Amino acid sequence: MVKVTVDGLPVEVPAGSSALQACEAAGKEIPRFCYHERLSVAGNCRMCLVEVSGGRKPVASCGFPIGEGMHIFTDTEVVRRARRAVMEFLLINHPLDCPICDQGGECDLQDQAFGYGADHSRYRENKRAVTDKYLGPLVKTVMTRCIQCTRCIRFSTEIAGVPELGGVSRGENLEITNYVEKALTSELSGNLIDICPVGALTSQPYAFTARSWELRRTDSIDVCDAVGTNIVMHARGAAVLRIVPRINDEVNEEWLSDKGRFVVDGFRRRRLDRPWGRVDGRLQPASWQDAFSTIATRLKNVPGERIGAIAGDMCDAESMMALKDLMETLGSSNIDCRQDGAKYDTSRRDFYTFNSGITGIEDADALLIVGTIPRQEAPVLNARIRKRFLAAGRGGFPIAMIGAPNADPTYAATVLGEGPDTLAKLAAGELPFADVLKNAKNPMVIVGHGALTRPDGQAIAKACWDLAVQVGAITAGWHGFNVLHTAASRVAGLDLGLVPGTGGRDVAGMLDGGVDVLWLLGADEFATDRIGPETFVIYQGHHGDAGAARADVILPGTLYAEKPGTYTNTEGRVQEAFRAIMPPGDAREDWRILRAFSEVAGRKLPYDTLEALRARMARANPVFGQPAWVRHGTTDTTAPQAGPVSVSSDPFRPVIADYYLTHAVCRASPTMETCSGIYVHPAIEAAE
Amino acid sequence: MGTLSKAARSMLLSELVTGMSVTLKAFFKPKATINYPYEKGVLSPRFRGEHALRRYPNGEERCIACKLCEATCPAEAITIEAEPRDDGSRRTTRYDIDMTKCIYCGLCEEACPVDAIVEGPNYEFATETREELMYNKDKLLANGDRWESVLARRLELDAPYR
Repeated sequence: MVKVTVDGLPVEVPAGSSALQACEAAGKEIPRFCYHERLSVAGNCRMCLVEVSGGRKPVASCGFPIGEGMHIFTDTEVVRRARRAVMEFLLINHPLDCPICDQGGECDLQDQAFGYGADHSRYRENKRAVTDKYLGPLVKTVMTRCIQCTRCIRFSTEIAGVPELGGVSRGENLEITNYVEKALTSELSGNLIDICPVGALTSQPYAFTARSWELRRTDSIDVCDAVGTNIVMHARGAAVLRIVPRINDEVNEEWLSDKGRFVVDGFRRRRLDRPWGRVDGRLQPASWQDAFSTIATRLKNVPGERIGAIAGDMCDAESMMALKDLMETLGSSNIDCRQDGAKYDTSRRDFYTFNSGITGIEDADALLIVGTIPRQEAPVLNARIRKRFLAAGRGGFPIAMIGAPNADPTYAATVLGEGPDTLAKLAAGELPFADVLKNAKNPMVIVGHGALTRPDGQAIAKACWDLAVQVGAITAGWHGFNVLHTAASRVAGLDLGLVPGTGGRDVAGMLDGGVDVLWLLGADEFATDRIGPETFVIYQGHHGDAGAARADVILPGTLYAEKPGTYTNTEGRVQEAFRAIMPPGDAREDWRILRAFSEVAGRKLPYDTLEALRARMARANPVFGQPAWVRHGTTDTTAPQAGPVSVSSDPFRPVIADYYLTHAVCRASPTMETCSGIYVHPAIEAAE
Repeated sequence: MGTLSKAARSMLLSELVTGMSVTLKAFFKPKATINYPYEKGVLSPRFRGEHALRRYPNGEERCIACKLCEATCPAEAITIEAEPRDDGSRRTTRYDIDMTKCIYCGLCEEACPVDAIVEGPNYEFATETREELMYNKDKLLANGDRWESVLARRLELDAPYR
């Protein structure tokens, strides 16, 4: 620790800190444009000038290393004049188009010009104009507004790992460009919008929609992947207009995947806003009473073992709990939350969670990725791997992948092989990477759903666990066995026991006439065409997608923005989301629908309030009552069950075919449709 | 004043004569009242009456949907929705003023960076129903078209003081 004095206040900061960090530690706000906590220091905006004892000129505090006993002055006349001068230079070429700029109201330049700007311009010459660049369908550019802070260049190079942005020319003519007219190929490109301090990069789908001061902010959790990214829903009236990330260093830092950010225009399209019932083969509008009585009538005289339920990938824990309780009261143990047919040993929680934790990636020193493409399945988590990769320096964080030979993970990863036989070789020590893992202090193994959704998934999970134990990845202080989930509801579903009970049927077993009555809770991602023709299907969900198309009765449920809910991410971290908007039309909160139906069916569930339901969840699994997630190791290295199917040698297949169209909400979103056309199916787009 | 002079004034009706003389003078003065609605008073260029949305001389509407008027309106009488127009420019799809909420403070006019929303000289827009006082964008633009020459002149007159 180094002692410095900021404006007379003594503070202690770690050695190697910059003057700006020392000022922040002292509670002084330093204006800045180019400096960003999570990016490298560029020092080119000069807004953060401060005076330092012994120096003759003001220094840029963001890049100025502190020394013992240094005196920093942030509020002298010299500093104020310097900042005013810098601001005047910045404003020379910045257009006066705040009224039509989407950044207006939340613009760093606007805010700081308020503090340091002059009331008039002394500049009489022509302003610079820059042609706009095409960065894809998500990021809108107005490059004349750019103040060349280079945050976007550093973000795309360092965090996103796609060095597609750069600067050309110099001085006043410096332009930020992607060199060629090509969309940015990053799943994190939306973060450029947040990171741009001015209105040069703004959101294309949100263009001109609303002003920041009109919006109502509600904390929520992203359910487009299983990372559990903390988000804020910005709503006006009855519509969520945009989603931005919320800072949580434990989970997403301050990033959000493009799917989680831009899926928002799917919220209002193709919604199920009233109950429907199938009459003479056609879906007809119905009332709640009619829908419930139709189901209750159909359920009469159906034995419990002929009733089944499948929970979807975006469900909150509350509705899954209610669904499980309802099925139990109906005498059914046919319940499943694993639409993709993944196999886990659910006897212990660390068999199906990301035990190292997302922050744990930064403590790891070797990584094996099995059967998953984190860049597509969890872009924010992938950014964390890349962060660790960059921090460790060349060769400091060896990464190997099994499967996904053609994926660009954004970091250097050795592809060891394509199938489970490589895993066996690794376990036998035949590959040099085995030694790398063995010599590492905190080795990590990530196994994904490319492996777990195969028939031999459980055997592969066991093989990975065995390998982790073998290389010393599972100790009292470190748990290096990690399952990377793709479905936001999965861990909560497994925690609450939404898996078939003894003699119960799983998803595959419920298809092809395996049950007579099938209750789908937002479940669209399985082979709905394989549901038996005689099966009576109840679809409870928010979007008219595959499940609703097959349904005999549709009960309109709610999106994650429309209900208070609990979500458990791939780490097993329980997080709470709040209601941002009211559901449309007759749609109701999912657990309330289940509770209301249970009364009609004469099997009333014992909770009337959300609190009572949450207490029930905490009784079902204590993790729901615990306040915070903590990383922990384990000394119990007993492996998970291998399952009945032994390991085959088929190569791992990617689990996501189209990153932009993985669930019902993004399939309803025009923005995601466009992205899919540009990024995933460029050939089709070109042919048109 | 003595009792005598008091009595003399009283006997000679001097107060009455003074009063009547005032009346007589006023009788020949020009009238202070006007014969509304056939006659109208003079309005300051800053008079704040009925709103109008102005256009540029080439017919392009001025409003750029910056929503500053909506933000500043103390009565929350203005509602704006916007989206990119086909040519990519920022324009309103909806511009409503609830004239029954409006307090005619003129802050919208002051906030407008492009002199689009103005309060004109017209104060004779009484209606028979409340609904007619819910102005939409068409109505406001029509007002602007109708009053443009006056509006432009008023702004010009007031410009030195703004």
